[in-house]
Amino acid sequence: MIRDITIGQYYPSNSFIHQLDSRFKIMASFLFIISLFLVNDFYQYIPVVLFIVLTVKISKVPFKYILKGLKPILLILIFAFGINIFLTPGEIVFSIWILDITREGLYQAFFMMLRLIFLITGTSLLTLTTSPIMLTDGLERLLNPFKKIGLPAHELAMMMTIALRFIPTLLQETDKIMKAQMARGADFESGNIIKRAKSLIPLLVPLFISAFRRADELAMAMEARCYRGGENRTRLKVLAYTKKDIIGAIFVFLYISMIIIVKVYL
Amino acid sequence: MIKIQQVGYTYETSEYKSIAIEMIDLHVEKGDFVAVIGHNGSGKSTLAKLINGILLPTEGNVFVAGMNTKDDKLIWEIRKTAGMVFQNPDNQIVATVVEEDVAFGPENLGLPQFMIRERVDSALAQVGMSEHMKKPPYLLSGGQKQRVAIAGILAMKPDCIVLDEPTAMLDPVGRKEVMETIEKLNRDENITVIHITHFMEEAIKAKRVVVIEEGKVIIDGTPNEVFKEVAKLQDMGLDVPQVTLMAYHLRNSGINIKEDILTVEEMVEEICQLL
Amino acid sequence: MSIIIENLSYIYDLGTPFETTALDNISINIDQGEFIGLIGHTGSGKSTLIQHMNGLIKPTEGKIIVNGVDITDKKIKLSEIRKKVGLVFQYPEYQLFEETVYKDIAFGPSNLNLSDSEIDKRVRYAMDIVNIDFNEYKDKSPFELSGGQKRRVAIAGVLAMEPEVLILDEPTAGLDPRGRDEILNQIKRLHSEKKITVILVSHSMEDIARLVDRIIVMHQGKIEIVGPKELVFRHAQRLEEIGLGLPQILYLVNALREKNIEIDSNAISFEAVKAELIRLVGVRND
Repeated sequence: MIRDITIGQYYPSNSFIHQLDSRFKIMASFLFIISLFLVNDFYQYIPVVLFIVLTVKISKVPFKYILKGLKPILLILIFAFGINIFLTPGEIVFSIWILDITREGLYQAFFMMLRLIFLITGTSLLTLTTSPIMLTDGLERLLNPFKKIGLPAHELAMMMTIALRFIPTLLQETDKIMKAQMARGADFESGNIIKRAKSLIPLLVPLFISAFRRADELAMAMEARCYRGGENRTRLKVLAYTKKDIIGAIFVFLYISMIIIVKVYL
Repeated sequence: MIKIQQVGYTYETSEYKSIAIEMIDLHVEKGDFVAVIGHNGSGKSTLAKLINGILLPTEGNVFVAGMNTKDDKLIWEIRKTAGMVFQNPDNQIVATVVEEDVAFGPENLGLPQFMIRERVDSALAQVGMSEHMKKPPYLLSGGQKQRVAIAGILAMKPDCIVLDEPTAMLDPVGRKEVMETIEKLNRDENITVIHITHFMEEAIKAKRVVVIEEGKVIIDGTPNEVFKEVAKLQDMGLDVPQVTLMAYHLRNSGINIKEDILTVEEMVEEICQLL
Repeated sequence: MSIIIENLSYIYDLGTPFETTALDNISINIDQGEFIGLIGHTGSGKSTLIQHMNGLIKPTEGKIIVNGVDITDKKIKLSEIRKKVGLVFQYPEYQLFEETVYKDIAFGPSNLNLSDSEIDKRVRYAMDIVNIDFNEYKDKSPFELSGGQKRRVAIAGVLAMEPEVLILDEPTAGLDPRGRDEILNQIKRLHSEKKITVILVSHSMEDIARLVDRIIVMHQGKIEIVGPKELVFRHAQRLEEIGLGLPQILYLVNALREKNIEIDSNAISFEAVKAELIRLVGVRND
């Protein structure tokens, strides 16, 4: 139901991180991701941990929220850990049946896990501290220069906005259609895989028809409100860099420098 | 304000052809409040889309403030002048936050930022939704969503608003909210209103009622003039307010009662005089 | 087919900070063959209540006994409930999905594992009730029909399950007066011919006054007023307070009473009020 929706997961607050320009935050997240692929040593993870812990603290987002974001990828984490631990050749520490666990494997698996955890934490911090509108707006502005090579920046951002707007509506609709079909005796829960897939038809057909109808009506309503693409369009909220973004930039710069220093000298 | 001159509209695809509007001639003055009634398939929705330039007439011309809707260069000016509100509130809200949605129109017009802010604030105030401006639309009631949709049109500063069954999907409370908003805009802001509906208690609030059937105007006049044609309206499968119907039945039973009664108050007065 | 609801409560998101009481200790008896009007402002709990009666929601507390069978019992098969209680949702045409009208109406009965000949019989029966010609429409796509026809086909899809209790959630929402009257007349006919129990949820007090015997008024998850329509419509002020109202004709009656004009308190229907007015005016005119 509607209460369970966590998509876009914006955590409203007025922290320093929340007030940063979304373009800056997108770029900083990008740099952070790159930095994660540069580190490959225990000492090099110290700046990463420091950076993450500090950012989370400043953002005032409770740690439990961030952990919640890791839950859905638990399976991927375990899988990545398994692959690395068993399939990396090297000095064998001990063997189970035909599987050898190597020192290099342990090492690799551990760092791969850390990398994934930090990756998710870093990117979810972006969505947790940036409202969907600001995020799409920032993305559009950042992609604008690529318009010359044919990238539809405005259209992409508009699509994202509409998708976010209609997710709750379509979830509600799914719930309604499901109940209506259940009232006609439809059974979505029992039987084998083929039977279950078949039982989804009475749900999916009406849902698609409704989504198309909505899209059609929305397009008409947008046109009636003089929508004609991104050209000459102005915005209610214009993104503007502030002093805070400069402070943020210095912070990110320090972080990157630290990683380089550690990488070169230790 | 709006001139519909000898207009016909035919939906045509390779497989079939259907005439939605046979021939309509209609002039609406600035500041008027016109209710358009007729049952589904009578052509009233098509009429609304013709005024906004979403559809172009296959015969005749539609003029909005002197601009022909067939003129490509004027289409955005026309849509700005005659704004349109649709039936389903869910399918016309674009943004994820109320104020952003109201800003959508002015943003498309390319207005400077301070002006958008001003217009968003005043439009939301006009429909009484200022306190909800930071909310996501899915947390609003149907009536509130429809008021946001109206605010989105108001923010473009239209001279005329065309509403295509804006209350059909609302509950009585929502319907009342929307009706009060529309009446206020017509009264206080002198905005021309064309309100398409099949709720007769809404139609009697208009200054003029136009009855459409099979793509033609059948009756056109003040609510009193239109609703006294009880037999004609019932033949078309349309309602009349219960008190009007009662007066009609009483007259048929030989009681000398006025035939153009629309409200409970009028009816009470009439009955008291008869006693 | 009687329905007994005992101390029914339902709480959303029990044990979370979002806990909300949707139904608060509801008890009511509905007799076999009654025509009930269920009214209440949006959010009053009426949708939650009717979904309980169909077993789509399990109560947090309390029981629902349909003809002696407790449908809140965990062991009961859902198909048993659906056979007894049919529920038509708001805008039911949005649930249509099959290629033909016939197949769509047959969806419900075929879920009950009936024989093909029985299904065929039921589809014909349901189409007859909603007045959609079998031969003309059975092979048409439901998506080619007009709005009013789609609605009737969707209702037929529930009727074909031959429920003993039929619940309709605003079956006329969004239809024009002609489409509305068609559907309401079909429901009325079904009720009087088949003697099934009907529960009608509606915002139109005119329709409620015209059709039902007894009214249940809900407000904030509780039953506010319940009784024969003549009695319920006397609570004009309370009904207004909770966002409901009266049929226009009864506002007229009340306004006349305020002027000390006496009108029979059982005059609820249009015809009865008309007779009263003719009596009044006629008497004085003579």
